Amino acid sequence: MTAKKEFAIFDHELVPEHRVLSEEEKAELVKKYKIKLSQLPQIKADDPAVQALDAKPGDVIEIKRKSPTAGVYYYYRIVVGD
Amino acid sequence: MIMQSIKRVIGSIEFGILSPQEIRKMSAVEVTVPDTYDDDGYPIEGGLMDKRLGVIDPGLRCETCGARYGECPGHFGHIELARPVIHVGFAKTIYRVLESTCRECGRIKLTDEEIEGYMKKFELIENRRKVREKLIKEIHKKAKERKVCPHCGAPQYELKFERPTIYWEIRGEEKHRMMPSEVRDRLERIPDKDLPLLGLDREKSRPEWMVLTVLPVPPVTVRPSITLESGIRAEDDLTHKLVDIIRINNRLKTNIEAGAPQLIIEDLWDLLQYHVTTYINNETSGVPAAKHKSGRPLKTLAQRLKGKEGRFRGNLSGKRVNFSARTVISPDPMISINEVGVPMDVAMELTVPEKVTEFNIEKLKKLILNGPEKYPGANYVIDPEGRRIRIMETNRETLVEMIDIGWTVERHLMDGDIVLFNRQPSLHRMSIMAHRVRVMPYKTFRLNLAVCPPYNADFDGDEMNLHVPQTEEAQAEARILMEVQNHIISPRYGGPIIGGIQDHISGGYLLTREGAYFTRLEVEQMLMFAGVEVEELPKPDKVENGIELWSGKTIFSLLLPKDLTIWYRNKLCEDPKECEAIEKLIEEKLIPSKEEIRKVATDGFVYIRNGKLLSGAIDKKAYGREDGKILDIIVREYGVERARQFLDQVTKLAIWVITHRGFTTAIDDEDLPQEAIERIREIIREAEQKVQRLIEAYENEELEPLPGKTLEETLESKIMAVLAESRDQAGEVASQYLGMNNHAVIMAKTGARGKILNITQMSALLGQQSIRGKRLYRGYRDRVLAHFKRRDLGARAKGFIINSYKSGLTPAEYFFHAMGGREGLVDTAVRTAQSGYMQRRLINALQDLKVDYDGTVRDPSGIIVQFKYGEDGIDPMRSWQGKTVDVDRIIVRTLLKLREKG
Ligand SMILES: [Mg+2]
Ligand SMILES: [Zn+2]
Ligand SMILES: [Zn+2]
Repeated sequence: MTAKKEFAIFDHELVPEHRVLSEEEKAELVKKYKIKLSQLPQIKADDPAVQALDAKPGDVIEIKRKSPTAGVYYYYRIVVGD
Repeated sequence: MIMQSIKRVIGSIEFGILSPQEIRKMSAVEVTVPDTYDDDGYPIEGGLMDKRLGVIDPGLRCETCGARYGECPGHFGHIELARPVIHVGFAKTIYRVLESTCRECGRIKLTDEEIEGYMKKFELIENRRKVREKLIKEIHKKAKERKVCPHCGAPQYELKFERPTIYWEIRGEEKHRMMPSEVRDRLERIPDKDLPLLGLDREKSRPEWMVLTVLPVPPVTVRPSITLESGIRAEDDLTHKLVDIIRINNRLKTNIEAGAPQLIIEDLWDLLQYHVTTYINNETSGVPAAKHKSGRPLKTLAQRLKGKEGRFRGNLSGKRVNFSARTVISPDPMISINEVGVPMDVAMELTVPEKVTEFNIEKLKKLILNGPEKYPGANYVIDPEGRRIRIMETNRETLVEMIDIGWTVERHLMDGDIVLFNRQPSLHRMSIMAHRVRVMPYKTFRLNLAVCPPYNADFDGDEMNLHVPQTEEAQAEARILMEVQNHIISPRYGGPIIGGIQDHISGGYLLTREGAYFTRLEVEQMLMFAGVEVEELPKPDKVENGIELWSGKTIFSLLLPKDLTIWYRNKLCEDPKECEAIEKLIEEKLIPSKEEIRKVATDGFVYIRNGKLLSGAIDKKAYGREDGKILDIIVREYGVERARQFLDQVTKLAIWVITHRGFTTAIDDEDLPQEAIERIREIIREAEQKVQRLIEAYENEELEPLPGKTLEETLESKIMAVLAESRDQAGEVASQYLGMNNHAVIMAKTGARGKILNITQMSALLGQQSIRGKRLYRGYRDRVLAHFKRRDLGARAKGFIINSYKSGLTPAEYFFHAMGGREGLVDTAVRTAQSGYMQRRLINALQDLKVDYDGTVRDPSGIIVQFKYGEDGIDPMRSWQGKTVDVDRIIVRTLLKLREKG
């Protein structure tokens, strides 16, 4: 890695919570929405949040977003290579 | 053979390149003669109008299928090219493929490991097109860098592509031109297994098929010749082009056979390439367009498809339909919001197919007897076999006898029929709504004024379209989903988009304001006019000199649902203290007595309890569009049908009041007493002095710059602030002298039309004119107009107008005003253009998304866009001003019900 300033992105108030799903949770998600993993929205492996979580392509990330109408809203994105 | 209509569902469409074998297979004839008809006007055999290609002359028979003109669909032919030529449409792809592959062995210039890696990646991405395209680009970049083939070790040369169809190989000093045959040879060598990495497919798109050896000739039905009035045949542009191709092809062939010098052959070859190129696309850059004798460029294949009038945008996306009408619109306040007035002429042309049943047969027989000329009649009948028979004077009686259950009658449009009504530009859902027909005299479509906002219609010559659904399913769907009342609440902001406008609001105010009383005669008339049915009038609110009087509030209450309760602060609430008193009273006591309310009642605060308007006047906040609270509540709590009834009645009631009381505005509405004029002059004088002092302070360098601003900017913003304040003050003074008896003021304050600012500008002063938020500064050197001194920073020199529209502008002021006005015009023009473009882009991006049954938003391939529609799963049209539910209202309603029960 190039010399980068250490910056904990999850400490920033505008960055929502990110979490890597376990294999079981992944299977559950796929079942719940009756989808193939390729039908999930994608997130690049070089996305700062993905790098901070040290997630690998194929992992599914759960993002807990704040919503003015729904309170919290969970979004799932699959990590893809570049 | 009779053309049979076979209905089949298209499962999928695949695009590929035609192989020479396929072209020959589908060809009915090889075309070799560069001509069309002989001197007798008979198709030449082997020519471009050969009868095996189909026929366009009545009387001739197709030699392929045996059918006549109109029945034969036409058949392809082909031309065997003497030498291969590049297909311009693929010229760039050919270049990419050549660069990516070895000149000797044809393999892709990647190592075996790389090939394996990429193959895996391709499997993973399946059909995500964007990623696939990116990957193919990457492969190309990597492969073309290889100077030595990883498979056979042959050295590679750099390739150059010269538009439109020439390829060069740079062999050190020597530049070698690759003729199409050489290109084709190379492409042929590419093994099938490498094709996926090049974005090709062995079955659908072998690379060598991008170099043409056989050219398909489209059927004559695609390029029919037309006979001019003079009797001369004019051929289609495609035919002209094909004649050129065949002529050169034949010359090339004879020259090759005769063993002509290479130079001559190559010249002819290039000429053939030119003709084939322009045949495919006559707007290829770098190629002079093929032209007609008249100088008009030929319209060849690509030109038929491209652009606004092309096959896609013109014929496929933009279809024309039957059973539709278009005419000018005009207003009719007496019809319901879900009706449309249809001119008699239109009603007699548009028809509705009605199936004959035992219940309607007598009615339909009468209609048939009336025929197409007399309303209400019918234009056609359809027999059980599906044959359409025109009703005429001569066959009327027979048809009436023949008609029975199983037949269909295409009868005239009649009152109550459902139709779709539309105004362009159809920017949102409410641009097409279903209305019920009211057949009327004269020649315009009539619509209720409350539906002007969703259509964005006015009556300065606007035209609208009308469509008649032809099946019961379509009619039912229109009735259930599309009728106007179903669209009162806009999905955009969760409030009413259909509602009272202009006079509906002013009239409502005049009816319900404090002190508005009406006699029995007036009350009876207005209720009759509005179509309100009352068994008995309520008790009069007061009796003066023996005359019974009803307050407007009492009458208005007759239109409300009997248990409607709501309170809100409206636009007329100017003194918050006044409104707070009543608001507190209601919220504390929940059910205060009538007397208590009357004591604190004010026009600015509306309180409706159990369908009785106890306080407040009606303004835009009651049933106006965008913020009509009462209308909003009625839609949600009493349903759309009740809301329609309410809106129909309340607008008519308001119109009765405004017409019978009289409502007008004229220049004397802006009359101010001398005293007011002097006060305004004083305000302006003071403002100008303040500006002068600021300028002096600036010149004496006494001005303190504001943070983040230069000294000049500071001065400007301070001057702007002073002048803006002076206009506000002047407006204040003006409105002090213009009360609620002034019609312009009524319109502004109730929200019916215009703003107080407009009145200020008419009666007091126009104020500062600006461009891009700045005082005017452009024009002459250091001044806007030559009538001022250079570098004059004073108010009047830079666009401050001290006159009003009524007092009249000085020439300089007039010019300043025109400068400021120009900005507005430019802004609207630019905004519409930009938003129209954005609309197109958004529609293209979002049109195929849909909400699935599990609440997710997905694209057609099932890729999830949102896990819950709108992140909360809420339909904005059924939301409460964008929020899910109004909890406060639910609590209050429950409390009220409990209290009333005791
Ligand atoms: Mg107009
Ligand atoms: Zn035929
Ligand atoms: Zn090789």
